[in-house]
Amino acid sequence: MKPQQVQKLAFGIITTSAALVVIPIVLVILFIIVKGIGALSWTFLTAVPQNGMTEGGIMPAILGTMILTLGTAIVCIPLGIGAAIYLAEYARDNRLSRWVRLAIINLAGIPSIVYGLFGLGAFVLFLNLGTSIIAGSLTLGIMTLPVVISTAEEAILAVPQEFRMVSQSLGATRWQTIRRQVLPHAMPGIITGIILGLSRAAGETAPILFTVAAFYLPNLPRSASDQTMALPYHLYVISTQVPGMPLSIQYGTALVLLLLVLSLTLVATLIRTRMRRRRDW
Amino acid sequence: MNLAQIAKRQYVERRPNAQTIRGWLRRNWLEWLIEVLIRAAGFSTILIVGLIFVFLLREGLPTFLDIPLRQLFSSRWYPIESLYGLWSLIVGSILVTAGAVIIAVPLGLTTAIYLGEIAPQWQREILKPLIEMLAGIPSIVLGFLGWMVLAPLIQTMGASTGLTAFSGSLILAYMALPTIISISEDALYAVPKTYRDGALAMGATQWQTIWRVVLPAARSGLMMSMMLGIGRAIGETMAVMMVTGNAANVPDFGPTMFFSPVRTMTATIAAEMGEVSQGSMHYNVLFGIGIVLFLITFGINSLAGRFVGRVVRRRGGQL
Amino acid sequence: MNPKISAQNVFYTYADGTEALRNVSFDIDSNQIFVLFGPARSGKTTLLRLFNRLSDLTEGGSYLGTILFNGQNIFERGVNVTDLRRRIGMVFAVPTPLPGSIRDNLIYGLKMAGIRSRSILDERVERSLKQAALWDEVKDRLDTSAFALSGGQKQRLCIARSLALEPEVLILDNPTSGLDPLSTGMVEDTLHELKRRYTIIMVPHSVQQAARVATCAAFMLDGELIEVGDAKQIFGNPQDQRTEDYVTGRFG
Repeated sequence: MKPQQVQKLAFGIITTSAALVVIPIVLVILFIIVKGIGALSWTFLTAVPQNGMTEGGIMPAILGTMILTLGTAIVCIPLGIGAAIYLAEYARDNRLSRWVRLAIINLAGIPSIVYGLFGLGAFVLFLNLGTSIIAGSLTLGIMTLPVVISTAEEAILAVPQEFRMVSQSLGATRWQTIRRQVLPHAMPGIITGIILGLSRAAGETAPILFTVAAFYLPNLPRSASDQTMALPYHLYVISTQVPGMPLSIQYGTALVLLLLVLSLTLVATLIRTRMRRRRDW
Repeated sequence: MNLAQIAKRQYVERRPNAQTIRGWLRRNWLEWLIEVLIRAAGFSTILIVGLIFVFLLREGLPTFLDIPLRQLFSSRWYPIESLYGLWSLIVGSILVTAGAVIIAVPLGLTTAIYLGEIAPQWQREILKPLIEMLAGIPSIVLGFLGWMVLAPLIQTMGASTGLTAFSGSLILAYMALPTIISISEDALYAVPKTYRDGALAMGATQWQTIWRVVLPAARSGLMMSMMLGIGRAIGETMAVMMVTGNAANVPDFGPTMFFSPVRTMTATIAAEMGEVSQGSMHYNVLFGIGIVLFLITFGINSLAGRFVGRVVRRRGGQL
Repeated sequence: MNPKISAQNVFYTYADGTEALRNVSFDIDSNQIFVLFGPARSGKTTLLRLFNRLSDLTEGGSYLGTILFNGQNIFERGVNVTDLRRRIGMVFAVPTPLPGSIRDNLIYGLKMAGIRSRSILDERVERSLKQAALWDEVKDRLDTSAFALSGGQKQRLCIARSLALEPEVLILDNPTSGLDPLSTGMVEDTLHELKRRYTIIMVPHSVQQAARVATCAAFMLDGELIEVGDAKQIFGNPQDQRTEDYVTGRFG
């Protein structure tokens, strides 16, 4: 075959394969929207479930997911930004800093269920926190650390080196330089990373299985040591373990979770594009 | 002897950073405190990895101490009768992961080539966000769809049940795709333009350039994308739990093995931990499975870490 | 009279082993325009960055010797480096405004030093802009972005920025390298004015510029100090053959 023909064939296969990847994505999202939108109503979003979850709303699960996301943020933001600043500004190229990087890569690869086991062993049992919001937040927070650290580090490194040099040559200390010249300009990128990480944490089921999630709670959580319902876990249970669960509620729950997560991703992307346009340098 | 020679002989490495801790402390105790906190944050990552391993060991070590290895790696997983043979679970994980990789790597690689080399800019601007959206879809949602739609579909196509390793592989493949595509894309992008220009200048077609020049040059990055994809697939829990059938058998070897129900290690932990009593052997073994998973992904990531460098840097480190 | 800055047997080696400075010794007196010139890679920038210890920012370098500023060794343990950098200001080859307004740039160093009083800040802003010959051009737009200025204006802003801290010494590393002849001339004229108050150390863009502005000069080659002295003597009657070759353009 002539090279041109080979190319045509190869490009044809490649294009088909790309379509095979992309088209299902669109189909999946559309499918859930179509199937689930019927269930979406003000009641669905704000009322508590009734009649064994087959009626009413899923508000406690939505609230629970929001609370857990907040808890995750509290855990991973200070640690994550701190570690990112360490890597970008304070770390020298020695064994210790290489170990830190290796640790972060490994944390990124640990399966979510293993984080769940860790949360169970360390927070629920060892620290005696019981299945609670605080145990779940700690677990999710640690799981989200690698993403936050990596994106924050990149955002910090993207700040031009000249700013640091000029700042210090004008008599600013290292921390003053970081605080006044580096962090403010890295902040949009850092926030993007945090929101992306949080959106992933919001959708996770495995880490919260043994650390915080409950299927049916008579009351809303009142303190950080209470359990809570959460959307991913709720979807899991109503789709596999409750006979007679109306399809509309199942798809509705899936849709709510999907919208929540995707809108967070959208916000993060918007921040990122807005920041690129507003740059001075 | 002149000054230079004296100096060379007494050459002591003195770094201009040296300052008395005390004098500097007096003036900038805040600086010092902040630096300590920041370094602590950095080192905490090492501590956390260590703690994870330690706690896994704490609850899971009895698995390896109290159960004879022969039994541990037998294929009968029957906790009710105290039979803890992991082999069927390991095979389940391997089958599902292998299937996912077989599907995802060609698809992902070709899509990366499409995005990087063939697609016009307007398509890139639509496709890339779409793929990022795929990465954002929670695994439970994909598992839910697999359970509701995919499994019945496979069943109507002739399988005795739709809850099979293949169903799991298919869903896992799509979950691993964003990782594979992104990292492959970066690996391809990192190939210097001069390589391509050189080949094209010698009369090669674009495809020949890609096939013979760009792909080989990007090989290490592509390897890394594949390994991270594997890591992602092995670690997935909820999606596979919902579609693989959760039967702890070792299917007969052969092409139909992908169409048997299986159970993965991850699904086992998730499904059974709710029912065990703390401190029981079953409980310990579930943690033991966790140790195995931890070590496998630790190994994969350390290996992949060798290929890290400019590829991960450009990605913002998201794996 | 004691010299303002005195380098004594200074050696410097980078982390990768390259020796940048070899046994450099000379004095710089107050209120001079001291020009440090020579071909590329002769160690001039390295030496300048040692004076305000900006060299601390590069990892792994090591030094030998002493540098006295007002009689005190700047490498001594316990030296307040941030204070040193306020007293020895630096302007870089590429104009580097910080993101923000003109005013933000000028008061940045002052705020870091803890000066908050609005009146003092305003006064320093005006004074330093006047000294840098920029006041008339920007006095009506102090709160606009510094990046909107032209190249020459940016560089004068950088000079003003350092002057706002009321330093004793001002170091300029090739300050006119990217500037057009008009701006170059303005900067050079400013220097003549500035030397009355400050001690200026400069790496010039060319030998001609060196000859135009210098009151004292030092020629460096390959990390070594070849010759130092009064400007008239260095450029008019160099003692070392290498200096003469460079000054007359036989190499460079």
